[in-house]
Amino acid sequence: METNNKQMLFLTLTKLRAWVFLALLLILFEVWSHTIYGRSFLANPYNLKSLAFFAAIPLLLALGQTFVIISAGIDLSVGFIMGLAAVISAKAVAYFGAMGLPDFPAVMLGIMVACLVAIIPGIINGILISSLGVPPFIGTLGMYGVARGAAFLFAGGMTVSVSNSILKWLGNGLIMGVPVLVIIVAIACIISHFLLSQTRFGQHTYAMGDNKAAADRAGINTKFLTIKIYALAGLFAGIAGALYTARFSAGSAQAGEPLLLISIAIVVIGGASLFGGSGTISGTIAGALVIAVIQYGLVYVNIEPFWQFIAVGIVIILSVLAEQAQSKLWGAK
Amino acid sequence: MARDRLEIKNIAKHFGPVKALDGVSLTLKPGECLALAGDNGAGKTTLIKVISGVHPATSGEVLIDGKPAQFSTPQQAREAGIETIYQDLALANNLTIGENIFLGREPKKRLWGFLPILDRKKMAEAATNVMKNLEFHTDRLDSPVQAFSGGQRQTVAIGRAVHWNASILIMDEPTAALGVPEQKKVLELIKALKAKGHSIIFISHNLQDIFEVSDRIVVMRRGKVAGERQIADIDHNEVVRLMISG
Ligand SMILES: Nc1ncnc2c1ncn2[C@@H]1O[C@H](COP(=O)(O)OP(=O)(O)OP(=O)(O)O)[C@@H](O)[C@H]1O
Ligand SMILES: [Mg+2]
Repeated sequence: METNNKQMLFLTLTKLRAWVFLALLLILFEVWSHTIYGRSFLANPYNLKSLAFFAAIPLLLALGQTFVIISAGIDLSVGFIMGLAAVISAKAVAYFGAMGLPDFPAVMLGIMVACLVAIIPGIINGILISSLGVPPFIGTLGMYGVARGAAFLFAGGMTVSVSNSILKWLGNGLIMGVPVLVIIVAIACIISHFLLSQTRFGQHTYAMGDNKAAADRAGINTKFLTIKIYALAGLFAGIAGALYTARFSAGSAQAGEPLLLISIAIVVIGGASLFGGSGTISGTIAGALVIAVIQYGLVYVNIEPFWQFIAVGIVIILSVLAEQAQSKLWGAK
Repeated sequence: MARDRLEIKNIAKHFGPVKALDGVSLTLKPGECLALAGDNGAGKTTLIKVISGVHPATSGEVLIDGKPAQFSTPQQAREAGIETIYQDLALANNLTIGENIFLGREPKKRLWGFLPILDRKKMAEAATNVMKNLEFHTDRLDSPVQAFSGGQRQTVAIGRAVHWNASILIMDEPTAALGVPEQKKVLELIKALKAKGHSIIFISHNLQDIFEVSDRIVVMRRGKVAGERQIADIDHNEVVRLMISG
């Protein structure tokens, strides 16, 4: 079972594949931009800021999805939990504002309410899966419907607009040239990375995702762990919804609809296996950037937007192929 | 005579109408290896699951060092010094040896004096020590255990029990998934552990293995003890006779 240098290099490359994709894409668009516009794609603050905005909210959803997928689950409900949270945060901020609260506390309270509401479907997902034995795909598909209906009912079928200076600043303001939204998502990334790599919670998530029986026998409370993981996914979806409302000064039930599949794609491109047990936050960050670069880059070079779907699809397939090549090399006994 | 490390009295375990265990009693002495034999479905696995806190007993009593013990979770059994090793290698294959040894009991330290984080260094050091004691030599202590062979992984599982200084090790067909050389290695390990004073319950369908490492044998049949002998006082035919006809 000797792994020679070539294999080692290949293993490292497949593990870091999201970063490799990202580098290749950046080179592609850099060259493309020089060819058609005669200027740089990357050395352009406007492009960088736009990329960061593009990546931020999908990345937030993908952070929660990363924990879920590592635990060998899947969460199909995060998109509409985000929509629900977007609507609730718009309504709640407006409500607290109308009660006469100044902008800042109104926003804080409003976002807190939205996050609390978003955690509830997450907890229910966790209970369905861990205690009632519902497969994650089915349980969260059910929650997808429930959250979707609730979001539209709360919104009364409309977009709920809200006007609040602090909220607007959260979604569009800059701190030393960096979007506040991006700073918030960066903090979420750091916390997620810490949880996953430095705590028992993260360690047990990996163990359960690889071998639930082993985790149970080791005395890990896998039921409670599962509930915590889906609650966390709900919480991130809640924050994503609130930030969506902050960005557009309006909450929409459909805010997260296109982001559900994107969130899963990000995690998979980032190197996680849908069978569970593997994945990292840094991979997920790279995955989010890959998708953002494809989406924004194609718009930037004036390619019809439908090509985005094809490009993202191809990257997902390549990523899974790399994953299989990797497990063949590893699994070889 | 030394006091029994483990004594179980009249244990019954019913799954609905199925009497998987029907009044089983046995004892285990310090430093003794007790073989548990019996045909498929005799109740061996169920018995050790009761002892290790996976299943609550329907009735009966478990005593450890003379004191009554009732475990409702595997965690409680482990805290009382009972470690169980299964044939299907209860390891998380994506984690390292150290992480597996500490799974569910990870040591923590404080980052910058306040932030609790996993103490990976401690886990790696313990892994190095334990594996050295079991004569398992590898320079890949930071690889996930999926990179190791079945026997090496079984050694990791045993290493976990050794690290936590289990006074009672229960092994349910620990060699069943292994090739012949690796089976030998595990049997050698069992002898070494016995010599160090660990008490062992060894379940196997392989009579040769049983005769090689055990001091005493309990044969089960349909949820009952069909017979109990010192290994020196019994031969293969007699064991088979007990297994089949009680
Ligand atoms: N969880 C359970 N629910 C219902 N019946 C069970 C359960 N576990 C075991 N049994 C039954 O209890 C009896 C004893 O099973 P057990 O697994 O203890 O046998 P065993 O001696 O370990 O057999 P083997 O040598 O095949 O491993 C069998 O009839 C089995 O079908
Ligand atoms: Mg059995």
